[in-house]
Amino acid sequence: MRAAELNGDARPVGGPIFTAGFNALLAIVGACGLVIVWRLFRGLGAVSAMNDGYPWGIWIAYDVVSGTALACGGYAVALLCYVLNKGQYHSLVRPAVLTSALGYSLAGFAVLLDLGRYWNIWKAPFLLNWNRNSILLEVALCISAYTVVLWIEISPAFIERWRDSTSPLLRGIAERLTPFLNRTLLWFMALGILLPTMHHSSLGALMLIGVSKLHQLWFTPLLPLMFVVSCIAMGYAVVVFEATVSARLFKRPHEHKMLTSLSGVMVGVLTTLVGMRLVDLISRQRIGLAFTPDRYALFFWLEMAAFITPAILLAPKDWRRDPGIQFLSALMMMVAGTLYRFDVFLVGFNPGPQFSYFPSAFETLVTLGLIAVEVAAYLAIVKRFPILSGAPVAAGPPGLVSGLRAAS
Amino acid sequence: MSISRRTALKGLLTAGAVAATGGTARAALPPKRPDPEAVGLLYDSTQCIGCRACVTACRDANGLAPQPTSLRGAAYDAPTDLNAHTKTIIKLWNTGDAHGYVKTQCMHCVDPACVSVCMFSALHKTAGGIVAYDKDACIGCRYCQVACPFDVPKFEWASATPKIVKCELCRDRLAEGKEPACTAVCPRKAVIFGKRSDLLREAHHRIAASPDRYVPTVYGEHEAGGTQVLYLSSVSFAALGLPALGDQAIPYFTENLQHAIYQGFIAPVVLYGALAVVMFRNRKLTEESQEGQP
Ligand code: SF4
Ligand code: SF4
Ligand code: SF4
Repeated sequence: MRAAELNGDARPVGGPIFTAGFNALLAIVGACGLVIVWRLFRGLGAVSAMNDGYPWGIWIAYDVVSGTALACGGYAVALLCYVLNKGQYHSLVRPAVLTSALGYSLAGFAVLLDLGRYWNIWKAPFLLNWNRNSILLEVALCISAYTVVLWIEISPAFIERWRDSTSPLLRGIAERLTPFLNRTLLWFMALGILLPTMHHSSLGALMLIGVSKLHQLWFTPLLPLMFVVSCIAMGYAVVVFEATVSARLFKRPHEHKMLTSLSGVMVGVLTTLVGMRLVDLISRQRIGLAFTPDRYALFFWLEMAAFITPAILLAPKDWRRDPGIQFLSALMMMVAGTLYRFDVFLVGFNPGPQFSYFPSAFETLVTLGLIAVEVAAYLAIVKRFPILSGAPVAAGPPGLVSGLRAAS
Repeated sequence: MSISRRTALKGLLTAGAVAATGGTARAALPPKRPDPEAVGLLYDSTQCIGCRACVTACRDANGLAPQPTSLRGAAYDAPTDLNAHTKTIIKLWNTGDAHGYVKTQCMHCVDPACVSVCMFSALHKTAGGIVAYDKDACIGCRYCQVACPFDVPKFEWASATPKIVKCELCRDRLAEGKEPACTAVCPRKAVIFGKRSDLLREAHHRIAASPDRYVPTVYGEHEAGGTQVLYLSSVSFAALGLPALGDQAIPYFTENLQHAIYQGFIAPVVLYGALAVVMFRNRKLTEESQEGQP
């Protein structure tokens, strides 16, 4: 296997899977499962607060639109590693691609839950009336394809493990797949960059149809571009977040140098994003809306603050080196990108005064359940399969909190 | 090595630029014109007496059960808006000095947003430009509800097998040679059915005949690229609750964008090729540099 693709020094973390934390996650998943059953028998109205004015709620705004953006770690790191050829980031690729694969799979599941007539989907390949004008069709095809690509990209981690398996079946699969992957993996990786670029821009373009409904602070022909740039920022942020947490949790070496230079990349991405946003509002002469005292302006500034603060925190070189600041900034960026998506899909969306929407408890429980599935699956997989690099170290990384304290 | 990397990157950027401009340089799609055979409604709010016969007739014709609400022990069929059981409704408008009625139903847009977004064309234009619904092609994504500027399509939230509900201009009755239920029943001919071109002529004729009675425009002639349901009014259309939409069809921009980027799928293919070239070259460079090391 080529070292560059099959990251040789990744190892399973080991240890028991069913820890107390894991069981707690399973409990949330169970509750979520009950709500899903209820939804299947009683309809969407029985569990969600969605309505004819707000036909899309948090299952779309969070689970699909934000969830896939938060799952952009694989995309962002692959861009760095394979297109910009920054090989030093290789050890971040596998965990990032795993989170992406899980994130996208769950987003796909959320879509199925949200579809009122999900059983008609099986007909899709046979229906001849595909509407090529439909941006949603493009999003759906692209996200499905990318989910498959992600699992192919992460498959070497499974194959490495199966090669030494006692089961002849798994060994057979591993042996058969290895030469195929060696030949084709790079083609899939190129797809792994093309597809997210396509569907994240399309996710933004989805709301361009809301000509009369989306508030002018968010409605711009640049929506597709904004969605791509912000999902890259979110992708990097998730990589930093996840590397910090797993270093802590599994006592791995903290990829300190790498995370520092990644944080430097984020300053650039964030500045571009905020700059684009402001130039767009000024040139369309809509900037005044940001100073109108209403809830739209409030959310606009919350969102801007969440984008600008990490850019400021990470700009000075010695702050950027601080793991606490890195972690905090990454968190803020994840919040910022998510807030931006909520603003475009829910807060800034106004179908008329007769409608309002706030997610119901059941709806929220389903979203939490899907997040729990993702976290639980990640924990189980890194314990059994070679995802994370490096051997355990005795002490954890420099304390997050002490880092923060030192900075202030 | 760094030079060749830079060349590769430059190649990628150029490919991207070519792909992008190659698309946008293509001429924009022409705005959609109404079908010459397009049919629709003309609703004259100055003629409507608010009797709601049309609402009841619509229920009967479409097999929609009344929606009883009870008030002090008595039951009323009085929905406040279009909903999953109500395809048309009469609302009151009130400007202070004057009041009257306004009928709401699907506008049967010339270039409908709902049709543009629907993945498998469950919503589609059929004979006479009627915007029809086919439940067997609908996956229940509700993008049509997001897209419609008039908030017309409604969803059966309470059902485990929900459908989209909206006026289809009684296309089954039309097929039997009858007119829509609402126009057939209206005692004042406040709402009439016909070819859009005829209705438009009639509307302008009425304005010309009694200029004091009407505001001088016909709502739906140009709004949102034109609709096949047209309105006449004595007060501003805003007072009637009809949204102020520009003359451009709602899907015009997105469809142009989509065509510009994905026409013939050239841009994605070019970009993919360029990515693959860069990535293969990068791998080779990495391997070479690794071989150089002990
Ligand atoms: S009014 Fe709405 S539902 Fe009716 S055709 Fe126009 S976009 Fe579609
Ligand atoms: S809900 Fe049905 S009719 Fe509406 S856009 Fe989706 S598939 Fe089309
Ligand atoms: S039946 Fe005619 S007059 Fe009566 S409410 Fe309907 S449109 Fe108005």
